Amino acid sequence: MKASRREFLKLAGVSALFGLGANAAFELLTPGALEASSEVAHGTAHGEAAEGVHAATRWAMVIDVRKCILQEDCNDCVLACNATHNIPTVGNPKEEIKWIWKDTFEHLFPDQHSQYVDEGLKGKTFPVMCNHCEHPPCVRVCPTKATFKRPDGIVMMDMHRCIGCRFCMAACPYGARSFNWRDPRKYFEGKEAMLNPEQPTRTKGVVEKCTFCPERLAKGLEPACVEACKKRKSDCLIFGNLNDPESEVRKILRKRTSIRRKPELGTQPSVFFLV
Amino acid sequence: MIERALKGSEKYWGWVGLLLLLIGIGFVCYIYQLYTGLGITGMSRDISWGVYIAQFTYLVGVAASAVMLVIPKYLHNYKKYTNVVIFGEFLAIAAVTMCMLFIIVDIGQPARVLNVLLHPTPNSILFWDMIVLNGYLIINIIVGWNTLLADKKDVPSPGWVKPFIYLSIPWAASIHTVTAFLYAGLPGRHLWLTAIMAPRFLASAFASGPSLLILLLLLVKSVSKFDPGKEAIQSLAKTVCYAMIINVFFLCMEFFTAFYSNIPGHMYSLQYLFAGLHGHDRLVPWMWTSAFLAVVGIFILLVPPLRKQTGYLVLGCASIFLSTWIDKGVGLVIGGFIPNPFETVTEYYPTFPEIAISIAIWAIGALVLTILYKIAISVREEQQIA
Repeated sequence: MKASRREFLKLAGVSALFGLGANAAFELLTPGALEASSEVAHGTAHGEAAEGVHAATRWAMVIDVRKCILQEDCNDCVLACNATHNIPTVGNPKEEIKWIWKDTFEHLFPDQHSQYVDEGLKGKTFPVMCNHCEHPPCVRVCPTKATFKRPDGIVMMDMHRCIGCRFCMAACPYGARSFNWRDPRKYFEGKEAMLNPEQPTRTKGVVEKCTFCPERLAKGLEPACVEACKKRKSDCLIFGNLNDPESEVRKILRKRTSIRRKPELGTQPSVFFLV
Repeated sequence: MIERALKGSEKYWGWVGLLLLLIGIGFVCYIYQLYTGLGITGMSRDISWGVYIAQFTYLVGVAASAVMLVIPKYLHNYKKYTNVVIFGEFLAIAAVTMCMLFIIVDIGQPARVLNVLLHPTPNSILFWDMIVLNGYLIINIIVGWNTLLADKKDVPSPGWVKPFIYLSIPWAASIHTVTAFLYAGLPGRHLWLTAIMAPRFLASAFASGPSLLILLLLLVKSVSKFDPGKEAIQSLAKTVCYAMIINVFFLCMEFFTAFYSNIPGHMYSLQYLFAGLHGHDRLVPWMWTSAFLAVVGIFILLVPPLRKQTGYLVLGCASIFLSTWIDKGVGLVIGGFIPNPFETVTEYYPTFPEIAISIAIWAIGALVLTILYKIAISVREEQQIA
C-alpha cells in the first residue's frame, strides 16, 4: 500500500511537470487557443461575462468608401473621436497619436493598388482605424497582457499595465497603434476646456489605439465616429454585430463587395471597406 | 577576489575614470529621457524601435562568444582554451548586462517593467527572452566565478559546476533563437519574416562575439603579463572566419528569395538598405561599408599568412566586428520598419541624447568587463609567476 502510494505520488509529480511543460509549448505554438483562454481570463478580470470563443457579439465596422470619398472635406469622424478620447494634436507626424484617421486607397491597400483600377479613388481619402482582428498579432506579442481581446472582439488596451515596450507596434501590420512619445497632457495646456471629463487622458510612455468606444457601447450608443457620420447624414460608417445575421453590417456585407486590409496575413480584421 | 580590481596602475584608473565620465553623461541624458519621454530619441510612429533595441539585438549575439570556447574546451577537451574560456564567459556577462540595460532604457514606463513577471504571458516572445537572458546571465556568473575560484587555488572546478557548463551550451543557442523569434514571427514585416532569421543570428553571433574576444585578448596580452596563447587566438580566428562565411551566405539567400520571386514586399526593405527606396537612402553607405568589411575580414582570416600576423588579425577581426555591428546593430532593426505598413518611408536618425545613452551602456559593459578581466588577469598572472 505504502509503496503504491509513493509510486502514485511520483507519477503524479512527473505528469504534472510534463503537463506544465506541454501546456507552455501548446500556448506558444497555438496562439489562437491562448487568446481564447486569455480572453476569458480578461473578460472576468474586467467584469464581463466570460463567454469564450462562441460569443454572441463580435463588433465590426463597415466603411462605405464610395460614399465617403464624395465628402472630400469632411473630417467629422476623426474630430469626434479626437474630442471624445482626448487625443492631442501633436503636430509632428513622427509623434502623432491616431485612433481614426483618413488616408488614401494607395496607402491603405498598397498590395491591391494598381494604376488602372484606382482612378476613381486616386488621391481621395477615407477613414481607417484599428482592425480589431480576430487573431490580433499585437495581443499575441504583448508581454504583460496590457492589450487583450475581449469576448465581443474588441482589442482593448490597459494603459495602466502597458510598459511601453512597443512590441505591439512592431507586430501590428496596419500601423494602427500610437505611442505617447511625450506627455500627451502637455498638448492640452491652456486648452483644458477641450478635455472630455468622462474620458481619461494618457500618460507618456504607453501605447494607445482605437477601442470601438466600449464605454459608449455599454450605454447602448454607437462609437463616436459613427455618431458623427450619421449626424451629417453621410452614413459612410456602419457599426454592428457580425454574429447577428440580421444586423445592419451583415446585411450590407451580403449586398455589397467588401475588402479588408492585408487579408493574406490571417489576422481576420473586423473592419470592412465597401468598394 | 574583488580587491584585485581595486589595485591598478594610473592607466587602469584613467580608463575607469573615462568610462565613469561616459556613464555620467549618459545618465544625465537618461534622466532627461525619463522626464520628457522617448520623444527625445529619433524614434517615431513608424520606426518604433531604434538604436537601443538594435544594440540589444547585437549584444545578444556577442554574449554567445562564450559557447565557441566552451564547446571545444568542455566537449572536445581542447586544452588550448583552458586559460581563455573564462574571458569568454566574462564577456558574456558584460554583454547580457548591456542587453538588459538597453531593454530598460527603451521602455516607455520603466517603473512598470516588473509587470512582465506580475502578469507572465507565455505567448509573448519577450517573456521567453526575459527568461533566457536572465538564465544565461546567472549560468555565466556561476560558471565564470567558480572557474576562477578553482583556478586561483589551482584545483579543477567543483563537480557541481559541470552541469551548468553543459547547460550553458544549448542555453547560448536559445538566447539567439528566442531573440530572433522576437522579429521572425511578426506578420507584415517582410525583412524579418524569414525562417533563417534564427540561423542568421547564430552565424553572425559566432562571428561577432569571438572577433571581439580576439581583440580583447590581444589587448589583455599587451597590457598585462598574461599570454592567452597564439594557438588559442588562431583557433578562435578560424571560428570567426567560418561563422562569417555562413553569415554572408545566409544574407545572400535572403537576396535570392526576395529578388528571384520578385515579390515587392520582400524586396522593399533590402532595396531600402542597399539602394534606397522612394529617394530615401540614408543607410545605403552604411550597408555597403558592412558588405565591404565582411569581404575584407573574411579574406584576411581565410588566408593563413595574413591571419597569423597580429596586425592583419586585428584588422580582420575589427572588420568583422564592425560589419556585423552595422548589419545587426543598424540595418536589421531599422530596415525592418521600412517601408511602413502604408508602404511609405519614414527615416530614422538617432539624436544626441539617444547616442549618449547608448554609449553610456556600452561604457557600463566595458566597466563590468574591465573589473572582471582585471580580476581574471591578476589570478592568471599570479599563476604564471608561480
